[in-house]
Amino acid sequence: MDAELSRAIRDLIDEHDPATTPVADFLGARFDAGLAWVHFPEGLGGRSAPRSVQQEVNDAFAAAGAPTLDIGRHGIGLGMAAPTLLAHGSDEVRRRFLRPLWTGEEIWCQLFSEPGAGSDLAALGTRAVQEPDSGDWIVDGQKVWTSLAHEADWAILVTRTDPDVPKHRGMTYFVCDMHAPGVEVRPLRQATGEAEFNEVFLTGVRIPDAHRLGEVGDGWRVAQTTLMNERVAIGGHAEPREGGMIGVLARTWREHPELHTPALQDALLRLWVDAEAARLTSERLRQQLAAGQPGPEGSAAKLAFARLNQQISGLELELLGAEGLEYHDWTFRRPANPSMLEGSPGYRYLRAKGNSIEGGTSEILRGIIAERVLGLPQEIRVDKDVAWKDLPR
Amino acid sequence: MNATTTTDQGSTDQGGADLGYSEVEEELRANVRALLADRAPANATLARTEAEQTTDTALWRALAGELGVTGLPVPEELGGAGASWRETAVVLEELGRAVAPVPFFGSCVLATAALLALGERKILPQLASGEAVGTLAVPFAVAPGGAFPADVRVSGGLLSGTVRHVADALAADVLLVPAVAADGTAELYAVTGAAVEPMVSLDMTRQLAVVTLEEVEGILLASGADAATALDAALETGAALLASEQLGVAEWALTTTVAYAKERHQFGRPIGGFQAVKHRLADLWVLVTQLRAVARAGADAVDRDAERALYAALAQAFASGAAVTAAEEAVQLHGGIGFTWEHPAHLYLKRAKSASLALGAADRHRARIASLTHL
Repeated sequence: MDAELSRAIRDLIDEHDPATTPVADFLGARFDAGLAWVHFPEGLGGRSAPRSVQQEVNDAFAAAGAPTLDIGRHGIGLGMAAPTLLAHGSDEVRRRFLRPLWTGEEIWCQLFSEPGAGSDLAALGTRAVQEPDSGDWIVDGQKVWTSLAHEADWAILVTRTDPDVPKHRGMTYFVCDMHAPGVEVRPLRQATGEAEFNEVFLTGVRIPDAHRLGEVGDGWRVAQTTLMNERVAIGGHAEPREGGMIGVLARTWREHPELHTPALQDALLRLWVDAEAARLTSERLRQQLAAGQPGPEGSAAKLAFARLNQQISGLELELLGAEGLEYHDWTFRRPANPSMLEGSPGYRYLRAKGNSIEGGTSEILRGIIAERVLGLPQEIRVDKDVAWKDLPR
Repeated sequence: MNATTTTDQGSTDQGGADLGYSEVEEELRANVRALLADRAPANATLARTEAEQTTDTALWRALAGELGVTGLPVPEELGGAGASWRETAVVLEELGRAVAPVPFFGSCVLATAALLALGERKILPQLASGEAVGTLAVPFAVAPGGAFPADVRVSGGLLSGTVRHVADALAADVLLVPAVAADGTAELYAVTGAAVEPMVSLDMTRQLAVVTLEEVEGILLASGADAATALDAALETGAALLASEQLGVAEWALTTTVAYAKERHQFGRPIGGFQAVKHRLADLWVLVTQLRAVARAGADAVDRDAERALYAALAQAFASGAAVTAAEEAVQLHGGIGFTWEHPAHLYLKRAKSASLALGAADRHRARIASLTHL
């Protein structure tokens, strides 16, 4: 980090006391000073600095006690919408949306998956038709598995605009107003009993053409930017030793010597070793990524953590024995900020099952690694040259 | 050669590990790899396993003389390169990738670590230059953190005893022998007059030997706590760095198998196009990626002397299984050819399985982790 950057951070902190400045004001000042995403262009929260210094900038603000947004409510905006808006939005779109996204004044969600388009996202069928006179798009369809839809102000949305061409070519990407008429959000209850996610029904929703990201028909390429960043966001964060689920299990073990058996101890130690290996791998990835763009390596981290979380939470129930037969509460609720580390052991066990499904199933991720990292032959595609409307479903 | 990545942070800092490779390290890797590609091709290594002399002394001389990699962690004033254990780990990766039949691990890791811990100045320069080969005369399966080896006894100043399964003793000029004195004191000797007999070993690219001492003279290097400290240093450094050799073995298994899966056709397609094969290789890539992080963490921990015991245990608890899995997958996914003598896959399988037992099998290292982390 060069002297100019250090000075800019110091000046900002001097002028806006982190302890007393309201969060949105502080973050707004940070955006305006080009210290939000330093690799973004000037005027859009950045200063065209190398991406590699971002971590140092974040660390400097953290050291000064500067506020940050809750990643649970703003992770989709910060991790996925922002890089997509930057890469594919018009100047007008970028200026309108990036600042309130960064300050947390607007919450974002992601309208991608559909009941008929999960792993095969490109098969999605939510239709967007352009009105000839106004140029506005009218959207009809259903999305699922949507975190934060009930709180979100805006969504990133992928639609079908041309059903007569093969599926990858006929999609278009939009920013959708979640308060617009025709947007209906219903909670989607999960195996845990809670509803972290939603179904979103779109009926005649009007979107101005100015809120399109990328060209008409180019939605798949735009979505790739979002998805690569999603996998990094899910799998690519640094943890201290025993920082994740293994820490919960290790603490339970240490606090309950009466539960110890040699077989359970060996199972625990195997998972401890695997968790430490996964942690070091993420740390190594983080050290490498500090400089570059997200790559398919993020998929490996996500794959490893999904498997570990499931194994660790399963062992936790076995360790607890009779207590593992209980569950804290099946009452339907919408958790404000669900955390596997704070819930009950039964909750952890059930919630971890989602880890190998959300953000790309483990099977899809193995395919990505095999093809993009190892260069193995692609799957034989029977739907490649078939118009979307003619696909079997 | 300069150590560009070493740091001098505190001894228990788990956050300061550098898990990457410096440019100097990558350059070193390229040089070692080029030499091995030239002088240690697979067919020669295979033939060497059935030769009278299973050590490739010409290759050893080239590593020592042409590349100067036999004394990387040894200070320059003792004839070394004044580099670090991190670079040594990079050399081990390449030696593992070639299952090269040279006594590098015994001489440049085990013996060198023990002598460095003692501040020894006479033997160390000879090992650093490669003009002499040393090794630690302990059973190769002995784990760090156990009791001091009592295979050899001292009586009237002379050493007697038998140590089985000693790695790199066949090529050694000098053996570092842990021994127990009549009063029970732990001692460490340098010995040149031992009888060394080859053993038929699972891994003939690193043939083991029986070392027999019958009232042999030795030079006393250390006794009591110093001897125990030197032995700990050797075994923990060895356990941590062996992971880099295992990484090399696993990397060979992965890259060779991926290449084969692209080229081998059955049912009119490359077998690497079948999802049953693709997903196994993807899982293997994840495993090797993790092994790399663990191996780098191990080398870095030894280099910084930060949580060395824990990282050594982690290294072997993880790397042993990972390298064996990689080698086993290589054999299976090569199908028929992978089970033949002519294909080198079996050399890697034997190296991986033997290395997983070396310096203690994974369960011993998990037990060490349990005691170090109160689990």
